[in-house]
Amino acid sequence: MGGKILLANIDVPGIRGYDVYRSNGGYTSVEKALREMTQAQVTAEVNKSGLRGRGGAGFPTGLKWSFLDRKSDKPRYLVCNADESEPGTFKDRYLMHHLPHRLIEGLIISSFALGVKTCYIYIRGEFKYLVGILEKAIKEAHLHGFLGERILGTDFSLNIYVHPGAGAYICGEETALLESLEGKRGNPRIKPPFPAFKGLYGCPTVVNNVETLAAVGPIISMGGEAYAMIGKGKSTGTKLISACGNIKNPGVYEIEMGLPVEDFIYSPEYCGGIANDKYLKAVIPGGSSVPILPADLILSTAKGEKRLMTYESLADGDFESGTMLGSGGFIVYDEDACIVRNTWNLTRFYRHESCGQCSPCREGTGWMEKVLYRIEHRQGKMSDIDLLVRVAKNIEGNTICPLGDAAAWPVASAIRHFRVEFEEHVLHPAAMLEKERHLKLKY
Amino acid sequence: MLKVTIDNISIEVEEGTTILNAARMIGGKVVPPAMCYYSKLKGSGGKCRTCLVKVSHSSAKDPRPMGKLVASCSTPVQDGMVVQNLTSPEVIETRKGIVEFLLLNHPLDCPVCDQAGECDLQDLSFGFGMEETATEEERREFPMIDIGEKIKLHMNRCILCYRCVYTADQLTEKRLHGVLYRGDVSEIGTFIQHAVTNDFSGNMIDVCPVGALTDKTFRFKSRVWFLNPMNAHRDCPACSGKVTAWMFGNEIYRITGRKDRYGELEEFICNECRFEKKDINDWVIEGPRHIRRQSVISANHYEEMKKQSLIDPIAGTMESLT
Ligand SMILES: Cc1cc2nc3c(=O)[nH]c(=O)nc-3n(C[C@H](O)[C@H](O)[C@H](O)COP(=O)(O)O)c2cc1C
Ligand code: SF4
Ligand code: SF4
Ligand code: FES
Repeated sequence: MGGKILLANIDVPGIRGYDVYRSNGGYTSVEKALREMTQAQVTAEVNKSGLRGRGGAGFPTGLKWSFLDRKSDKPRYLVCNADESEPGTFKDRYLMHHLPHRLIEGLIISSFALGVKTCYIYIRGEFKYLVGILEKAIKEAHLHGFLGERILGTDFSLNIYVHPGAGAYICGEETALLESLEGKRGNPRIKPPFPAFKGLYGCPTVVNNVETLAAVGPIISMGGEAYAMIGKGKSTGTKLISACGNIKNPGVYEIEMGLPVEDFIYSPEYCGGIANDKYLKAVIPGGSSVPILPADLILSTAKGEKRLMTYESLADGDFESGTMLGSGGFIVYDEDACIVRNTWNLTRFYRHESCGQCSPCREGTGWMEKVLYRIEHRQGKMSDIDLLVRVAKNIEGNTICPLGDAAAWPVASAIRHFRVEFEEHVLHPAAMLEKERHLKLKY
Repeated sequence: MLKVTIDNISIEVEEGTTILNAARMIGGKVVPPAMCYYSKLKGSGGKCRTCLVKVSHSSAKDPRPMGKLVASCSTPVQDGMVVQNLTSPEVIETRKGIVEFLLLNHPLDCPVCDQAGECDLQDLSFGFGMEETATEEERREFPMIDIGEKIKLHMNRCILCYRCVYTADQLTEKRLHGVLYRGDVSEIGTFIQHAVTNDFSGNMIDVCPVGALTDKTFRFKSRVWFLNPMNAHRDCPACSGKVTAWMFGNEIYRITGRKDRYGELEEFICNECRFEKKDINDWVIEGPRHIRRQSVISANHYEEMKKQSLIDPIAGTMESLT
């Protein structure tokens, strides 16, 4: 597989500091962009690279940038979404922790391309330890003339501020994030208008994920075309995958897009196979919001093709037999995992994190949680299973923001692929309980 | 002007008009129900999702249907747009699901609720033939509190439409209450037991679509359908002084703002008019107010009762009854 791009030099001692980062080729992309390129050329390179948003939706970054309202005479903002709170996703924090300057570098170039003078990093409240690391990196960049007034002697000036949230998953949704950044309650806004026209303080704003923005530096260094050569089809470049669950080597891996899922799970270079050499039961490949797939469908598509780590291949078969790459939070379950318990656990999360603004999500998440709690705790009825399907369907697509969908998909997909297990819980509650007790003793 | 077709009826509207407002211009059955949108409150809408409709043609330029149902109260019309409200089984099915969600944690204590008879949720659920929900789960419960000297908050009944929040934002100097917490435990509250005191705070009662906010000077005094709504006015230094006086004989039981056919206030009124002026001599009674409601109560000959019990031309002329 190709070399590392985002995580290049991560093993070099002291790479977190400016000096070591700089002597390993750091900030050369900023010099290249600011000295040799125009705003439009930078954007063109990002376009050519085929880079897609790494925050979950996979929206082409260059296209998103092109929507920014450039006619407005208001200030423009770039906001880096570092709220990373999706269960199973822990890639951004890894990147910021070890390579804070890679993010700062990307922010400078992106701000230059977008004509932005003020950039915010909205960071999850629980990542307090990262605030200091990022602020130190920002200070160092200031000191060496990469931030502040007239960067590298050009007309371009930029300041970056770190803003910690107060610990709400919903503030990762871009418009809730903007509300929160403005000091308000983090309720998602009703779109349109989109942030590209009316974002932060009503000004044109671009919101991008940490990993997306960190990729901009390497793209400028190597050129958009070279970046697009990496990967497969429309899934270009590399992707950080945070792997967890019942695997031998949990951790954050940078993979070239197009890697077969099977290799990712079993290769010693990555997950290293299932812990204790058990069988693979199911995978949630893109963070807790995307549909769960059973072993056979995650390894190959319904058509019998090898499933690859790309946006397209994982989505093959739509929701019938496919899922999504999402944010790259790869959660693996072995043969002993209880799907009902897991699904219940996920609904607890969404119930807790719903902002409560729109009725289907506010009421539906709580309802699903209560029903799943009953099924898991020996009080389920057969009709509850169809009830869950119905509630999930009534939420999906009918809410203000995608959190409603994110809460509905895991439930719908778990029942779609593991219905028998739900029925078992209803029919033989005592046996299921016994099985779990037995497992708990073992671990 | 933009042309939009809703349930096969076309109308031309100005740019920026929402689907809901276009439907209200047509009137009648094509108007989707709205539990959170309030035309006089900027920023309201988009939350309850009862107004979802299907857009089967996005515009003349782009004839594709929109992928999801959209909230008609916050979706602007495009030229050539074709919208389905009652003609779409999908919309009706989804709306039924939404009503179910709204009723999920609602206590359905209509028999002891002051709002009964003029409650948007009651009307809506009645319209769908849903007087109860499928749920056997426990409903969330909150203690009842006074959020102001004259206002009672019965949070169990709240559907979190945010109307009262926008009212306080837009009518008062400083909002003293808001939504606390998240998700299905979020609640309306005044943080740390503050009392809502502002002169116009009483309007929160009128904008509340359910019985969550009620008038303490009227609580349990009478069912609304036993009262005669009369247009009345007085010279008020603070507001327009145009109100509806709810009367029994010569006695004023309560004062509210004047509501239009969509349950929205025509004008906001001040607390003095609402809470303090309960003497008939405070008011010039103009005549009976025609209440056009598709409500549980109208189904029960509300209108007729009103006509029969009309008495006493106390002051001014009596308008015709229709
Ligand atoms: C409930 C919810 C939570 C989200 N959380 C995050 C997050 O923590 N980090 C993130 O980058 N994007 C998150 N997103 C996606 C953002 O709304 C937005 O699409 C993203 O930041 C855009 O960046 P990208 O184009 O670079 O992916 C979330 C979306 C939703 C609906
Ligand atoms: S879908 Fe859920 S999180 Fe999103 S706006 Fe509605 S209630 Fe809030
Ligand atoms: S108290 Fe009434 S007006 Fe306020 S949010 Fe609840 S239902 Fe809406
Ligand atoms: S009236 Fe449109 S969403 Fe509530």
